[in-house]
Amino acid sequence: MKGRSALRALVLGVVGAVVLTACGTGSTTPSGKPLAGKKVEIAAVWSKDEQKNFEAVLAAFSDKTGATATFTSTGDKIGTVLGSRIASNSPPDVAVLPQPGLLHDLAVKGSLKELDSATASLVSQNYAAVWKDLGTVNGKFYGVFYKAANKSTVWYNVKAFGQAGVTPPKSIDDATRVLTTLAASGVKPLSIGGADGWTLTDWFENVYLRLAGPDKYDALTKHTIKWTDDSVKATLRVLAALFQDQLIAGGRSGALQTDFPTSVSNIAGNPPKAAIVYEGDFVEGILTGTAHMTPITDFNFFPFPDINGSPPSVMGGGDVVVRFTDNPAAVELVKYLASPEAAQIWAAKGGFSSANKKVDLSVYPDPIAKASAQALVNAQVFRFDMSDQAPAAFGGTTGSGEWADLQAWLKAPNNIDAATAQLEKDAAAAYGS
Amino acid sequence: MSTTVSAAPAAGVDERLGRAAQAPRQEPKWNLTTVGFLLPAGLFVGLFIVYPVIATVIRSFFNRAGDSFVGFGNYGQVFSDGRTLHALQNNIIWVVIFPAAVTGLGVLFAVLLERVPYRLLIRTLLFMPMAVSLLASGVIWRIMYQQSPDTGALNAVIASVANAITHPGHYTGAAPSQPDLVQAVGDGYQLNQSLAPGDVAHVGLIRFPVAEIPASARPAQDPAPQPGKIVGVVWRDFKPGGGGQVGQVDPGESGLPDMTVQLVDPKGVVAAQTQSDATGDFAFGNLNGGSYFLVLPAQNFHPPFGGVQWLGSSLVTPAIILAAIWVWVGFATVTIGAGLATMSRDLLEAARVDGATEWQVFRRVTVPLLSPLMIVVFITLVINVLKIFDLVLAIAPQSVIPDANVIALQLFLVAFTGLGDFGIGSAIAVFLFLLVIPVMGFNIRRFRGGEA
Repeated sequence: MKGRSALRALVLGVVGAVVLTACGTGSTTPSGKPLAGKKVEIAAVWSKDEQKNFEAVLAAFSDKTGATATFTSTGDKIGTVLGSRIASNSPPDVAVLPQPGLLHDLAVKGSLKELDSATASLVSQNYAAVWKDLGTVNGKFYGVFYKAANKSTVWYNVKAFGQAGVTPPKSIDDATRVLTTLAASGVKPLSIGGADGWTLTDWFENVYLRLAGPDKYDALTKHTIKWTDDSVKATLRVLAALFQDQLIAGGRSGALQTDFPTSVSNIAGNPPKAAIVYEGDFVEGILTGTAHMTPITDFNFFPFPDINGSPPSVMGGGDVVVRFTDNPAAVELVKYLASPEAAQIWAAKGGFSSANKKVDLSVYPDPIAKASAQALVNAQVFRFDMSDQAPAAFGGTTGSGEWADLQAWLKAPNNIDAATAQLEKDAAAAYGS
Repeated sequence: MSTTVSAAPAAGVDERLGRAAQAPRQEPKWNLTTVGFLLPAGLFVGLFIVYPVIATVIRSFFNRAGDSFVGFGNYGQVFSDGRTLHALQNNIIWVVIFPAAVTGLGVLFAVLLERVPYRLLIRTLLFMPMAVSLLASGVIWRIMYQQSPDTGALNAVIASVANAITHPGHYTGAAPSQPDLVQAVGDGYQLNQSLAPGDVAHVGLIRFPVAEIPASARPAQDPAPQPGKIVGVVWRDFKPGGGGQVGQVDPGESGLPDMTVQLVDPKGVVAAQTQSDATGDFAFGNLNGGSYFLVLPAQNFHPPFGGVQWLGSSLVTPAIILAAIWVWVGFATVTIGAGLATMSRDLLEAARVDGATEWQVFRRVTVPLLSPLMIVVFITLVINVLKIFDLVLAIAPQSVIPDANVIALQLFLVAFTGLGDFGIGSAIAVFLFLLVIPVMGFNIRRFRGGEA
């Protein structure tokens, strides 16, 4: 997510490439610990709070095995940092990568070690198959998804739903009924932060994943099918049916003037300006923080509705653990991070979701974090944010590419052929194909 | 930066700075001392101005990666890209409106300030926006331009006037639940069937929040027909969950009190008017037969002023120009005011003695005497407006950036955000540079007194 990665950049820019050690752990070498005295270095892009929580996980690892785990912050440019470390033949033992594309690049280059069978079978037992597939390149298993983010969460004002007498919709047809009923009850159903292009790409990706299915989703992500494909047009038609002026706070033109934070705070307030806002799990923090709402009683979320009976699908992000060396302590650390206990330590501290099925859901600090994690665990289909994987020229630039094209489309949502033609033109330029 | 440059001739315009410069110049002698004194400044200029300019020109002939020569390819792309062309078009609008408006207002304020007390204070106030960073000014204006009158100061002002002229109705946003209630004149609704005495009218409305139902409201009931009277009920035809019968009063549905209800005869003349009571009931008696139509007039539904969308695609450029004028008008006022202060009063007095009106004095004496200074101000503003960037970035919401775009911003977007194409970015920079050069040259010639 853009906001969070900007924050990361800021925090890490300050921290720089300072190497911080998980001090006070593993200094003793009690007997019975197989890896006593061994050292392992792990590199990641965590923000300050994330790093603190992760170091607690490393400390637990050290207590268990006797090995000393050292944390290295790479700053926001993890690809560059790892690249130069690999070039100088001194990669960290283990790294946590924020983008699946990076895992793919490093695997193809041969920089990554294939994970041992013990870890692989642990992942097979603990995770849904999709997660193992995501960590596999050319048939070899390289990465364990330690941390995951859910961007298929739709947030709503509980009181507005109560006054309209509606319950969270399961399917897109339900959703249409719920939106109409909400409108009849006198509240605008939807709040859309259309002034920020990425909120529209996330809407698109959720509908596309459910309507066109994961294979087409992958193809469109790689731009091996065109944006003028019928599946894209069908997705925009579904969205156009939802994005009607009378269903959106401020209408479509108002939505284009609404930035993401405002779109979220629109569902706070009494009476709220809108009943529903869609975005990822980070919305919770804004609603509890800036909007002073209480989870469950004031607001809650439901998973993005199914379309035509699509299986439980989650679009989101994740951090994947990979290994560069055969250091026995590193092997043990990766295996440890695939275990439920490693996930539970951080999960209990908040700001963390795990896709690990064996993680005890009761450790999550609040019911919403628990439900969001549950959706990740139960997801039969998981895909990464498509625009985050696209070249930035297409998927991440203000005033051009997918952002601007979807904003232009929102002005006239029934003008689908023109919108897809423009999307294809911009995608072709950015992908260079 | 240009402020200080052009302020110098401003103060000295009447001393005929130009003439001094025209005096025969001494040929510079090149010796060690000269070189020694020039070296630091020369290095500075060379390193930070000349070198980047040359590097940019060279870079503009290379592709995005910077490793292959593409000739004028980048320039071709710049001029075939609709976004850049739109940005250029906006720059033209800026150049046409902004310098003339600021100079004109500057002259006006400067002349008027000559005649009022506390002119130093007023001048300082006018000049203050110059002391605020452009980005901060942009943020201030962006908030002032918000569409919602709750947040946008400008729309709040308009709203207070607009809502005083047209009182918002209490039932803003309410819409018919049943198809036989149709849109009438303005925002009102009309029941699409004629009524005769003894009939009962059902007027169901939805899309009205439960929180805004007046406290006096009671549950609605189906009224019994009364001979010789047209009775009816207007109520909130919504049951949580969407249950209940549309167009029928279901238990628990609330009446809508104080709704103005009219009976209109077939000729369109209002025959009777009444208000609904706490249960939403209304009744019309004393009717002399015939048939009528029931109308809920627009006054019930007048929406409050919703705010002008200043930052929508059509108004965003004028809105940003206005903000820029606010920033710069103090500069023009102070500069021209300084010229005015040094202007010889004798000429003005002489003109007045000769019987010239104030307008004639202004038009025939003041303006011609001020014109060199006005041109300096004008040119400075033209240069500044060609490279306008920060205000647009700060004020325009992301979704209207393609509409508000200007060349310098397009350069930034192409080179420094996602695209990261320094080749095209450099080409735009060179183009911008070429646009500024003639104006710059003209200004330098003026500084040298070429036209004085």
